[in-house]
Amino acid sequence: MIRIEKLHKSYPIGKDSLHVLKGIDLHIKEGEFVSIMGSSGSGKSTLLNIVGLLDVHDEGNYYLNGQLIKDLNEKKAAILRNKFLGFVFQSFNLISYKTALENVALPLYYKGMNRKERLKVALEYLDQVGLKDWANHLPNELSGGQKQRVAIARALVTKPKVVLADEPTGALDSTTTDSVMDLLKDINDQGMTVFVITHEEEVAEQTKRIVRLKDGVITSDELTKAAKAV
Amino acid sequence: MFDLDRWREIFQSINKNRLRSILSGFTVAFAILLFTLLFGIVSGLSNSFKDAFADDAQNMMVVRVWKTSKPFKGLQTGRRIQLRNADYDYVKEEYESKIQYQTARIYKSVSIKYKNKADNYRLRAVHPDHQFLEKTIIDEGRYLNEKDLRDKSKVLVIGRLVKQDLFGEKPALNKRVNLNGSSFLVIGIFSDDGGDNEERQVYMPVTTAQMMYGNNDYISQINLGYNPNLSLDAAIAFGNKMERDLRSKMNIHPDDQSALSVRNMAEANKGVGQFMFVLYLIVIFVGSGTLVAGIIGISNIMIFVIKERTKEFGIRKALGAKPASIVGMVVQESVLITTIAGYIGLSLGTFILAQIGDALEDYFIKDPSVSPGIVIGATITLILAGLIAGYVPAKKAANIKPIVALRAD
Repeated sequence: MIRIEKLHKSYPIGKDSLHVLKGIDLHIKEGEFVSIMGSSGSGKSTLLNIVGLLDVHDEGNYYLNGQLIKDLNEKKAAILRNKFLGFVFQSFNLISYKTALENVALPLYYKGMNRKERLKVALEYLDQVGLKDWANHLPNELSGGQKQRVAIARALVTKPKVVLADEPTGALDSTTTDSVMDLLKDINDQGMTVFVITHEEEVAEQTKRIVRLKDGVITSDELTKAAKAV
Repeated sequence: MFDLDRWREIFQSINKNRLRSILSGFTVAFAILLFTLLFGIVSGLSNSFKDAFADDAQNMMVVRVWKTSKPFKGLQTGRRIQLRNADYDYVKEEYESKIQYQTARIYKSVSIKYKNKADNYRLRAVHPDHQFLEKTIIDEGRYLNEKDLRDKSKVLVIGRLVKQDLFGEKPALNKRVNLNGSSFLVIGIFSDDGGDNEERQVYMPVTTAQMMYGNNDYISQINLGYNPNLSLDAAIAFGNKMERDLRSKMNIHPDDQSALSVRNMAEANKGVGQFMFVLYLIVIFVGSGTLVAGIIGISNIMIFVIKERTKEFGIRKALGAKPASIVGMVVQESVLITTIAGYIGLSLGTFILAQIGDALEDYFIKDPSVSPGIVIGATITLILAGLIAGYVPAKKAANIKPIVALRAD
């Protein structure tokens, strides 16, 4: 599903440049539940952004669903994101003036689905995350955990191949963290590839494969107990 | 292409961000309102000027004489100049092609009596063309004609107020009145837009007056209307030439303004025309300034709005929005707001102008209004401005990498 070969990425900082990713090789198969661990500055967010087509790499190859990602313009990137990827962000990134239902339906709008159908589909997904009764509430009327569930429903609504979650529990307390992780596990159980970035050990342990990143290189890549248990 | 979903997105965005939308709309509405009022008031001024000359024909020229103030060819100053029928005929023959109407005028004061009522009135003895030069409106009967002049008929055309004074509500037409001891037939009653004084006049044939007053060929002045096909400049040249010719014919110093002068409406018209031209230039300048201020206002607000929405655009892009859809959304929203606001400003402006109507006539503003062309042009300018004001920053925002846009706050 995701194949990365010798990926490099640097950011210019004044005259110098900061070499963030120093040759990453990573292969994630369909249906995997992977977490990327690392302290801040390890390059894990950069990796996710490149995988999510939100940013571009400098060197190396990136294949998404077998397709080489190279010289994408914004329009093509937008189409690929809409088709293959679902995002869950640490800060939720819901649109504040849209209701939960409208937020979930938004990716379907960009897919070109008509209004009636997309609201119906969006409601099904909200139901799946247990927020059907909150469909017509604005984000600021929801708790953090609820917002993240809305965001997850939004990520799922287009039936993406991969769900990318950037510190999905970073802004949540432990109880809601568990419920969000349970939700991600359910999604994975349904066969979707889930790619989580975190710095929390407990969160990573709930995934099936942990990739540890340090200073732009992969230091370890192993399956977790959870995976071995299956 | 009509896209209901796109419109829904836009209306939601406008509706959920009311303050922002109202602010940007207000700028546009206010600019158009000022623009409309400005043009309206100037058109009101222009109307007043046009009306100021409405009493008499706009193409009128008047030849008047007094006493000489400069010696010429051995003739002394203080010589009294008298116009005669011969001068009238000379003008008529010499400039026939340049003249539309021509009349002599003799001024007298007369006493008119009907039954037991009598009063003094001002008399003008004239030719039939006088009716058109003075814009006399015949209410009853008829005006003087050529036959009256040939026959030196003792007939009068009396003003509406003269009739009211002497006859009250009773009919005056075809009644005989006593004018300075002679019996005259009332053949017409007239009114005039020039006011009460004009309507206290009586008109009689110029020939009749010459017979009555000394049986001579004197006339007080010559009024004529130049051929309306002449340009203003040609009419002014004609007036100047006639003035020179008459002075030379009557042995008057060429520059003796107080002996004989030609008052030419063409000169006044040209002056007013130039004045209005300058006024319109000023208005176009100020009006454009207002529009530019409006345009800058929209641009500022759009830049701010787009900055504020950068993160939202980042989210939308992460969810699969193409840059074009974001630019389109912003531009459509901007154009919609400017159009509606422009329309509001325009309606408000025309409404206010209609309310003003003739209320400011004392300030020389009469019936102010704006031509639809100017206002539509101004609105289109603002819509285009809204389009550009939305497009440039939106294009920039849409091309920001989503990761950067998402980081924005």
